[in-house]
Amino acid sequence: MSKRIILGAVAILLVIASAYAAFFIAPEERTMGVIQRIFYFHVASAWAGFTAFFLCFIGNLLYVWKRAQKYDWLAVSGAEVGLAFTTVVLITGPIWAHPVWGIWWTWDARLTSTFVLWLLYVSYLLLRTLVEEPDRRALLSSLFGIFAFIDVPLVFGAIRWWRTQHPQPVIAGGQGSGLEPTMKAVFFFSAFAMHVFMAFLVTERYALEKMQTETDFLAREVEAQ
Amino acid sequence: MKNLDSVFAAYIVGWGVFFVFYLTIAKRTSNLRAELDRLKNSLPRAK
Repeated sequence: MSKRIILGAVAILLVIASAYAAFFIAPEERTMGVIQRIFYFHVASAWAGFTAFFLCFIGNLLYVWKRAQKYDWLAVSGAEVGLAFTTVVLITGPIWAHPVWGIWWTWDARLTSTFVLWLLYVSYLLLRTLVEEPDRRALLSSLFGIFAFIDVPLVFGAIRWWRTQHPQPVIAGGQGSGLEPTMKAVFFFSAFAMHVFMAFLVTERYALEKMQTETDFLAREVEAQ
Repeated sequence: MKNLDSVFAAYIVGWGVFFVFYLTIAKRTSNLRAELDRLKNSLPRAK
């Protein structure tokens, strides 16, 4: 069995276990009730998305420095996977918000910066479709990707630096914040499971990008003959 | 339990997004593999 299949199987088992823990092991939150169980999926997806964007950022920096294609493959894989996770965050957030806040959406600092993050990485992927020449495409998108990553710390810090409708942080939020120990254990397990799942998706996407480059190279060779 | 339907909706739609995303990767990989095989087969003939 290939390593990718093993990683995929482990990721699926972990996310099933984390969903079980979120529904059956974590205690019910006193004020919000059952709706708070979205937290284990919503926040874990957000963290995994940030990590995927960080991989993209590292790939972009390394490409600008070393100009090796494998770093561009890593960057585009991280961007696409991070975008999928951020899409999930932007869908699950309003589903959680509506019964609790009475509204689906508000333009506060956290929600707006997350939406801008999503738009930035959509633009990153669109930019790649506009440039034909591979080296130029990789360089331009790397420079844009480095700029786009600036929004990640803004999203992270938005609920720490500004007053927002979005709840204040319960992890690394300073004095007065925190989670009940079982909730905390279930959350960190969910975050771990989502990171393994994210690593699986990045691996699959990286293999696809590598194959695309091989196909383009071969196509040029066939054309030249 | 109040709002249980919203919790299920969030999990189902969220996993739906991941599933569709994985399907697009699998589909693109399968198309590329076919293209790669076609190119590999045409290369010896070109030589």
